[in-house]
Amino acid sequence: MSRVKTLQSLFKRYRRPGDIVFAWFALIGSVLLLSQIADQTVWRNGGKLFAQPRFWPAVSLGGMAFFAAFHLLGSALSERLEGRWQEVWLWVSSLEYAAWFIAYAAAVPYLGYLPTTLLFALALALRVGYRKTSTLIAAAVAAVIIVLLFKTFLKVNLPSGLIYEGLPDGLRQIMLTYF
Amino acid sequence: MLARWDVVLALLVGSIGGVIIGAIPGVGPAVAIAILLPATFSLDPIVGLTMLLGIYGSSMYGGAIPAVLINTPGTAVNALTSYDGYPMTQRGEAHRAVSLAYSASFWGGIFGILCLILLSPVLAMIAPMFGSREIFLAALLGIILVILAHRGQIFAAGLLAMFGIFLQTVGLDAVTYTQRFTFGQSFLSSGVNLIVVVLGLFALSQAFFLLTAPDSSPDAKPVTGRMGAGIKELLKHKRVATVASGFGVILGMIPGTGEFTAQFMSYTYAQKTSKDPDSFGKGSPEGLIASEAANNAVPAAAMIPLLALGIPGEALTAMMLSVFYVHNVIPGPQLFQNNIDLVYGLYFALIALNVIVMVFLLFSTNLLTKIIRVPTRFLGVLILLLSFVGVYSLRNSLTDCMIAAGFGVLGLILKRLNLPIVPIILGMVLGGIMEVKLRSSLPRLKTPLDMIDRPIAAIIFGIIVLVLALHLRTLIKEWRAHQPEEDHDLHDSQTR
Repeated sequence: MSRVKTLQSLFKRYRRPGDIVFAWFALIGSVLLLSQIADQTVWRNGGKLFAQPRFWPAVSLGGMAFFAAFHLLGSALSERLEGRWQEVWLWVSSLEYAAWFIAYAAAVPYLGYLPTTLLFALALALRVGYRKTSTLIAAAVAAVIIVLLFKTFLKVNLPSGLIYEGLPDGLRQIMLTYF
Repeated sequence: MLARWDVVLALLVGSIGGVIIGAIPGVGPAVAIAILLPATFSLDPIVGLTMLLGIYGSSMYGGAIPAVLINTPGTAVNALTSYDGYPMTQRGEAHRAVSLAYSASFWGGIFGILCLILLSPVLAMIAPMFGSREIFLAALLGIILVILAHRGQIFAAGLLAMFGIFLQTVGLDAVTYTQRFTFGQSFLSSGVNLIVVVLGLFALSQAFFLLTAPDSSPDAKPVTGRMGAGIKELLKHKRVATVASGFGVILGMIPGTGEFTAQFMSYTYAQKTSKDPDSFGKGSPEGLIASEAANNAVPAAAMIPLLALGIPGEALTAMMLSVFYVHNVIPGPQLFQNNIDLVYGLYFALIALNVIVMVFLLFSTNLLTKIIRVPTRFLGVLILLLSFVGVYSLRNSLTDCMIAAGFGVLGLILKRLNLPIVPIILGMVLGGIMEVKLRSSLPRLKTPLDMIDRPIAAIIFGIIVLVLALHLRTLIKEWRAHQPEEDHDLHDSQTR
């Protein structure tokens, strides 16, 4: 019993709900990647150990597995916290916003930077619960400022929208260049 | 160089923008630099560098405002400022606290730059002595310090640093032309882009964090009173300000430690040497000065290993390293020999930005208190839209956006769990340096001991052994005393 207590005092630490889930994912991920090392890297016969293309992936994945194992041990030996699965659900729910981001990036080459940014600023503002007209106007204004700053003035490398091709000649050129 | 109108404009935009960004809890310099980094590709190198340097050097000034007024640090490194700043606000001394914070920040900032300038000749002399093996050992020391600096989270920091090292190995090996962990996917052949990872872990994760959390709008009351009064009061505590700045400089130079440790050490020093130690945490001007002077001395000091050796000590300098590379300025021993005018240009830019920020803050604090009130979810929407510019403008690649979104979710999980993000970035940067330098030093090594047969290599190796031995000693002492390590605000503050 005293040995268990000694082990606990050595490894237990401050943590938050969901830590053990992350610790398991980290360990399983590290071990899975490590198991692929022979398949995903090459060993050159006759070469020095430190110059092998496999050396650094092996060191890093070995290190990951080592630290992940101790992180899991620490998590398992610390007292159990309530709210683990609510926390994991919050992580999962963040995937919705990741999908918003990817959809936004996918839409820009077709709809154009200005229309897509305006659309997504308003849609996201509505999605997160803003209903006041002033807030929605602020979101639209912010979207226009972002486009003006980055595309019009800084000329950042962003694609022009396919939709602009259907515009009249003069306007099309302006939209393709500045918005 | 600084007389050019576009450089002056970039300095103004960067320094004032940095203050505003720093003043908004939930944004911070890392997010801003990550977003703006690709946007500066099209600018002249010195213009882009100056703007991002402005943000880096000035954000901590702005971060003090919400720390003092609403007990929420604008940037993570202003955490200790709120300990004494907010009690002063509660006592009706908000203007005194804010002006003291500005003055101490200015003192620390200028002190750090002066040290950087004075150390330049020494750096120019020592830097050429750093060959491949010395830089490899210095990078290894950086990784070890980054892991050990996260007390109570060492295994997590180690795991994440190793993950960062692993990420930089993915793709085509440039020396042997063999694929590593690409799983037959062509998009992985060119490797995992550092800027995409940075944008995901810092910018997108912050957007996801704000969007998934309940909405809030901090209520900061306007500040009344003369802002210049803090300078007079600071002069009464110039010993504390100078020692705290010294801590900032010394710890800023050491990779992996930086602002947090500098703040805690200077705060502890100020408390131990104060005539009124009981007032610390209850609105002590000395505590406020110690915290702000220390964290503002760090940016200039952190530039020392970056400029001299090309080794970043924390996430922001890792990003600055990308900025240098993107603009074809290669930090390292050659920089002081071949590009000394650029180095001095950067020094003067740092001095100028401190002066600009100080003048701006003396007249605009109440304007900034209005900016603090932006609702958090609205900020989340803006950061998400801005992150797109950063990621997509790199290569117009939807795959990059997907990878960044994936790292955004990982960053959110780490923030929610209070685990550090910085080791991933430093692992990627320092891991790359270690691999290249170890390989290039191999032809000259006959035995492993040849690695440390030069004076500087031997000194760095000695420091590595000493650091590990000291850490082991501390662990044993703590274990014997049965004092489990506890969490503290410096870790918690990364989510703000």
